[in-house]
Amino acid sequence: MKQLGKEKLLEVKDLKVYFEIGHDKIAKAVDGVSFSINKGETVALVGESGSGKSVTSLSIMRLIPTPPGKIVGGSIELDGQDLLSYTEKNMRKVRGEDIGMIFQEPMTSLDPVFKIENQLIESIIYHQRISKKEAKQRALELLQLVGIANPEKVLHEYPHQLSGGMRQRVMIAIAMSNNPKLLIADEPTTALDVTVQAQILKLMLKMKDSFNSSILLITHDMGVVAETADRVLVMYGGQIVEEAQVKELFLNPKHPYTAALLRTIPSLEQNTRRLPSIPGNVPPAHKFPKGCRFADRCEFAMDICRESAPALGRISDGHQVRCHLPFMKGGQEIGEETRSITGSV
Amino acid sequence: MFYIIRRIILLFITVALVSVITFAVFQVLPGDPIRTMLGTEADETQIENMRSELGLDRPLYEQYFTWIKGLFTGDLGNSIRFSMPVSTLLMERLPVTLSVASIALVIVLLVALPLGIFAARRKNKASDVVLSSVTQLGMAIPSFWLGMIFILYIGMNVDFFRINGYVPWTESIQGALSTLLLPALTIAIPQIAVKFRYVRTSILEQVQLDYVRTIRSKGLPEKIVVYKHILKNAMIPILTIFGLITAEIVAGTIIVEQVFALPGIGQLLITSISNRDFPLVQGIVMYITVAVVFINFVVDILYSVVDPRIRLR
Repeated sequence: MKQLGKEKLLEVKDLKVYFEIGHDKIAKAVDGVSFSINKGETVALVGESGSGKSVTSLSIMRLIPTPPGKIVGGSIELDGQDLLSYTEKNMRKVRGEDIGMIFQEPMTSLDPVFKIENQLIESIIYHQRISKKEAKQRALELLQLVGIANPEKVLHEYPHQLSGGMRQRVMIAIAMSNNPKLLIADEPTTALDVTVQAQILKLMLKMKDSFNSSILLITHDMGVVAETADRVLVMYGGQIVEEAQVKELFLNPKHPYTAALLRTIPSLEQNTRRLPSIPGNVPPAHKFPKGCRFADRCEFAMDICRESAPALGRISDGHQVRCHLPFMKGGQEIGEETRSITGSV
Repeated sequence: MFYIIRRIILLFITVALVSVITFAVFQVLPGDPIRTMLGTEADETQIENMRSELGLDRPLYEQYFTWIKGLFTGDLGNSIRFSMPVSTLLMERLPVTLSVASIALVIVLLVALPLGIFAARRKNKASDVVLSSVTQLGMAIPSFWLGMIFILYIGMNVDFFRINGYVPWTESIQGALSTLLLPALTIAIPQIAVKFRYVRTSILEQVQLDYVRTIRSKGLPEKIVVYKHILKNAMIPILTIFGLITAEIVAGTIIVEQVFALPGIGQLLITSISNRDFPLVQGIVMYITVAVVFINFVVDILYSVVDPRIRLR
């Protein structure tokens, strides 16, 4: 495995983001999330819709619409600086300059009434305070860098004139335009063709290396995780339920939810007629159960799961899980590919 | 370019249709203009003579084409009531109505647009709630009542304003304003109320869209986010409503000219209708419709300036 610098770039501690959704109803979209990203590292944040992935990423940018949303607790540190204490003005310097972001829907994420050039240079001029001419030159270089074949032409086109893959390349160019330390990619390939998906992921990794930055990749696609991530965070019901290096997670998943997610990846070797799915839905964030939030959908649920909520427990170095099962004597195997001894602590 | 050519063709088709409808409507309306003109004492021979003198006994299509030819050459026939060419009457009255309508439009634009942006940026805060309630009231005020209130409390008390008649621009700019400002305001106020709400909603709709999140993630200041990106996108629905508003303003002048005794097209229209002065009514209706159709054509062209996607359609 690639040896990564252990220098921390981003550290999120006990982050809580609540949404007021009606009278006296509070949705705990993110409920005590802690994780960190090292310099040069690609960390995947995985989970299904409604698990709190996107809210976590928008909180790092402090772009949660307030009201109804509010960061009610925790800290977010970038290079040792607490972003939650920043003024809006200082935060603007962080956005686009220290952290770049790309979004799921490249079709609607670009302003439809401005040319690509304008959308690229406005952020370059604002953050780098260079002339329009220099910014245009930089925009041209960026488009070449993200693999757009005819950058001069694309600069003078509008978003609707480009294909989905091209738009996402433009989005990456915009996000990287001020050499950010961190690139947050919120489901960057979900809306794209499979062939284009692989190209975009490859491009993101290439950009990360050439700009010397880190990536927080938000996705629900375990295939994407396997291809790109160094480390994985699995989110469920506003909490992190498992965290491990990517290889460890795929070979030795400890949380039944992780194991179930892994089973949903189609495989060429297995001749399955129908992909397994996880029955049920994420419980609504305004009425989480008292015990484990996954208990209702878990095939291994025991009495204790409905009674007490499990805390994150350590499996091995860098591998943590929020589940009672691995810590019980005589606990069962949960992952198909799991080879480790059950019950090991 | 194709877009503009197609719009121009569409403009001509619309005007042609409008002319047919306008003409047809007056053929089926009850009431005989000749009898109105000659009074109850007239006998049948007199009526028939008059009818053929005015060309009203010829086949309909012939009458229609004579009328259309007149539209292009400026000869709309003579008014039955005033015994003057319709075009002369129109040209006399047009500057009054055009002035009132333009001033009203400028007031609506200057007030509704900034106010709508202001309220949208302060959504649900005190200033927004107050503005929204006040404009709710503004929407409920009928313009004839507002006009009378203006005459009573402002026109009679403030020396600057004259509440009767009209002073042409060529005579005195101040004089023209003193007679036109209150009528324009009377038309503008209920319109401001409606358009303010429209601008506010259009902007708030934009705020939720994905591209705004992208711009925010680029760390651009709020001023650029709102005045460059959101405003340009919101201009598309706002333009639509300002196309419609011109039609409403023209309609508004009809009532307001009565209230302020302004010798405009609206007043002329009412007189001509009550006299069954068909050539005159037809001429006025036709010109008003063409004006409204033309303004909507201008709005369509402006769309393509704002929104590049429209140019392709």
